[in-house]
Amino acid sequence: MIDESAKSLLATIREKSGQDILACYHCQKCVVGCPVAEFMDVPPNAIHRLIQYGRKDEILKSATIWLCAACETCGTRCPNDIDIARVMDALKQIAVKEGVKGKERDVAVMHGLFMSGIRKRGRMHEVSLIRDLKLRTGGFFKDIRLGIKMFRLGKLSLSAECVKNVKDIKQMFDRAKAIE
Amino acid sequence: MTYSYYPGCSLHGSSREYDDSSRGVCAELGIELKELPDWICCGASSGHSLDEVLNIGLPARNLKIAEQAGLDVVVPCAACYNRLKTAEHAMREKESVRNQMRDLIDYDHKGRVQILNMIELIQDQISLDTLRSKLVKPLTGLRVVCYYGCLLVRPVEVTGFDHPEHPRSLDEIMSAIGAEALGWSYKTECCGGSHSLTRTDIVRVLVDGIVDMAKEAGAQAIVTACPLCLGNLEMRQSDGGFPVMYFTELLGVALGMNESRDWLKKHVIDPTPLLGSLGLLP
Amino acid sequence: MTRIGVFVCSCGLNIARTVDIEEVVRAMGDYPGVVHAINYKYMCSDPGQSTIKDAIRDENLDGVVVASCSPALHEVTFRRTCESAGLNPYMCEIANIREQCSWVHNDREKATQKAGETIATVVEKVRFNEALVPISVPVTRRALVIGAGISGIQAALSIANSGHEVTLLEREPSIGGHLAGLAETYVTHDCSPCLLSSRIVEVKRHPRIETLTCSEIEDLKGYVGNFTAKIKTKASLVDPVRCDGCGLCVEKCPVAVAPQTERTPGKTKAIWIPSPQVVPAEAVIDRDICTHFQDGCDLCKKVCPRDAIDFDQGDRSMEKEVGAVVVATGFGLYPKEKIGEYGHGKYRDVIDGLEFERLLSVWERQGREIRRPSDGKVPREVVFIQCAGSRDPEHGMPYCSKVCCMYTAKHARMYKQAVPDGQAYVFYIDVRAGGKGYEEYVNESTKDEGTLYLRGKVARVFEDNGKIMVWGVDTLLGKKIEIAADLVVLATAMVPSEGAKDLAMRLKISSDQYGFFSEIHPKMRPVESPTSGVYLAGCAQAPRDIPETVAHASAAASKVAALFSRDKLSHEPIVVNVDEDICTGCAICVEACPYGAREIDEWKRIASVREVLCQGCGACAAACPNGATGQKNFTASQVLSMIDVAI
Repeated sequence: MIDESAKSLLATIREKSGQDILACYHCQKCVVGCPVAEFMDVPPNAIHRLIQYGRKDEILKSATIWLCAACETCGTRCPNDIDIARVMDALKQIAVKEGVKGKERDVAVMHGLFMSGIRKRGRMHEVSLIRDLKLRTGGFFKDIRLGIKMFRLGKLSLSAECVKNVKDIKQMFDRAKAIE
Repeated sequence: MTYSYYPGCSLHGSSREYDDSSRGVCAELGIELKELPDWICCGASSGHSLDEVLNIGLPARNLKIAEQAGLDVVVPCAACYNRLKTAEHAMREKESVRNQMRDLIDYDHKGRVQILNMIELIQDQISLDTLRSKLVKPLTGLRVVCYYGCLLVRPVEVTGFDHPEHPRSLDEIMSAIGAEALGWSYKTECCGGSHSLTRTDIVRVLVDGIVDMAKEAGAQAIVTACPLCLGNLEMRQSDGGFPVMYFTELLGVALGMNESRDWLKKHVIDPTPLLGSLGLLP
Repeated sequence: MTRIGVFVCSCGLNIARTVDIEEVVRAMGDYPGVVHAINYKYMCSDPGQSTIKDAIRDENLDGVVVASCSPALHEVTFRRTCESAGLNPYMCEIANIREQCSWVHNDREKATQKAGETIATVVEKVRFNEALVPISVPVTRRALVIGAGISGIQAALSIANSGHEVTLLEREPSIGGHLAGLAETYVTHDCSPCLLSSRIVEVKRHPRIETLTCSEIEDLKGYVGNFTAKIKTKASLVDPVRCDGCGLCVEKCPVAVAPQTERTPGKTKAIWIPSPQVVPAEAVIDRDICTHFQDGCDLCKKVCPRDAIDFDQGDRSMEKEVGAVVVATGFGLYPKEKIGEYGHGKYRDVIDGLEFERLLSVWERQGREIRRPSDGKVPREVVFIQCAGSRDPEHGMPYCSKVCCMYTAKHARMYKQAVPDGQAYVFYIDVRAGGKGYEEYVNESTKDEGTLYLRGKVARVFEDNGKIMVWGVDTLLGKKIEIAADLVVLATAMVPSEGAKDLAMRLKISSDQYGFFSEIHPKMRPVESPTSGVYLAGCAQAPRDIPETVAHASAAASKVAALFSRDKLSHEPIVVNVDEDICTGCAICVEACPYGAREIDEWKRIASVREVLCQGCGACAAACPNGATGQKNFTASQVLSMIDVAI
């Protein structure tokens, strides 16, 4: 049942996340403590098992990897000291790299826009992020009243801050890609 | 006392009142904060979700600036604090990461500067006794619960700050300025963090759980030290009227700072009626 | 004149909560024959006992009744107290007003009345009690140990090293039991033959141990300290004195057996040398497969340079006088043939744990690869199924076999060492790894060797195209699992060794519903059978692993040593006696006695009593048609006066 591709998936995740997935004894303490587990399609501990089974597609397409809020509750409580959020990060990174079209597209898009914003300006600009997100995911009228209220309170600024040496940041992003 | 200061993007945006109150309170307590020159975004949740290299690279670059400035760096935003601490931890623990970062940002991390969150700064660098001695208006009659969220206290081996399940530091600060910090069980339950924009439905459920628990504990307001948490707690609660404040704002009120009125005005849920009713407004 | 003292215990509030102690004492103070009645908070405490002693001296008591807890707890205590004050211990009796009164009643008034009546009946008994002296019995300082696996060997060595003679009985041709057939032992991976051989050498060289192989016990008569064991020894066909273990006979023997499936280690032919590393080594013949008795083959005899083969050797019977018996008959495995869903034993690549041990032994000791029985392929995927029969009421074994979780973990780990690119799967219900270093050992298997532990029972195993298909479930994921395995290892349940029930009857000891021999008390007396002088060691009593077995066997041996440390044994004097004037010799008592204590004196033609065998049960006294048999301190007049008071 466990074939070579399963073994290689396991090795990749262990290496990328630095977490010993095999130490998991499936007590599901992580599941019970997880604030978003009830919205996940695959419980966090089951992700470990599916990695062992080599069910890559099922994992990378799952909502779970994108719904993990990285709150670290599981990692703090895990009796076997597995930082599951790091496993989820590794899986998200693979999903993006391999262009997997899975569930929770909006979350993935949001993260992507967040990063490209930093690449552009060196800093995150909230209004630009929200605008771009709405352009890509729809829901134009969502939170519109909240937005106006925040604008009136002076919490949102229309002009985006930029670091002085934007070129430097772009270069850093390119270098990071090369290193990876 | 002089420190470097890393505000992060939120404090320059929707969480201005946290930025203002942090700076204001520090000035009042005789601490000089020097904003890091040309700091960049720490990458927040998106960084570690998407990029194996930049999730350390972005905060590492800020640490480089901080080391060059040569002062310990104060980071009020819990998310930024967590990312900077993560990068520091990763570079300290793993030679491979340190080498990778050297290639990325042309700098060899020395680990010379300390990364401090605002609570640590007040508690350890200033001390509660000093704070008490400067008290102008004790917050008598104000019942609050302290909400720490995730990023300040977890992972333990990274932040090393307070206790991951039962933190006390913020409660002690609140007690020191005369407020009643109530015991409750949701100090470190997650608010949903970065899902605010995309999975608002989930964040609503989590936030309502926290707000309901705060009310059950008998609190009149929630006090926090995280812009992400405050944003979610204010904007996503069904109640729509339960105040949430940064602890620095209340420090300002207790220190008798008139500017605190301006900070408190920037809230989606206006906390001034509550403070006014208790006669606490400056 | 009768001077009886009544001592009422409050037992803290255990008795006093329900029984009005003051009232009872007052009533008993007025009872005929009672000259002293007093209460105390804890009568069994030192001050409590002193109260009794002082009263015996001061009041010149000739009988004592202690009203307290069950006599099972403190009868001995209080009798010793009386003895130390100069009163015959059998003049002291216990009235149970706790277990049979205060603990089981709520109504204070009625309970108080009942306590008074209970004490009164016992006063009536004591009034007519007779001062008795324990019966003294000699001890034969030789132990019989039945079974020479690790538990029997351990018990034999411990007893012998305490300075006593031991007869060690083994029904197989060689000693060592199952341990001899294991590859390595968890959790330290000691090589089993290495562990065992030093012990076997010690046994064989021990001047106080007589080892009888191919031998079984036919009958056990007598009583503690004085048993007579009838032993039958089957002909081994090899003279152990002449044989020097040269092995020429093994080379010549034409009857080969497949070593990989053979449970007995080292057995390759019908004649073989068990434990070749043991000096002196000697050959044995398996009569069941040797063809001499069919076709007259005598190749071994011809080739033997020392003329050690003796086909004419006959079975022998002997009687041994022994003082104690240790039953160390070990375990067997539930036959896989009885588990239909796992293939009824018809697939060659579905084997049990002991068979897998053989495969591992071949790998480990001969440096050969692990190969599956059917086609000799190296198995790349192996499924281990735990609780194959155990914890399964449908198969009649609701109990946990206790060792399978650990040996399966060991199997998976050794397999991974033998086949580094192989994959091991373990289906389990729970992993029970209670023991020093056990849990860590199992976890290392999953963590370091990637053994996949799947929580769930396998529903079905069947053969398909050279693979053994395993249908299981991962209950933690709620997913059905299908594995095309090369080899399946069943951790079949541990059951009592063959013939255990029969042996229990011959030894007159009891066994539980599964056939494991029963101990007298599960916590406080775990190595004693209900029959005095017969002790239990190892898996004969319940499934246990090697360290536990060794400890259990050592405990049994220490009981034997304690027994043998005494010059004489004392036997309870509360036995039956015969009124020779009345007895007609009808022999009904002989039938009634379960202990063989009653017999007919052929000279007098009346019944007699072998006091040392009598357990004082009273069955014969009740059966005696004319009252010739009476029981000391339970005479008819005593019992009748007790009944009078009670009603």
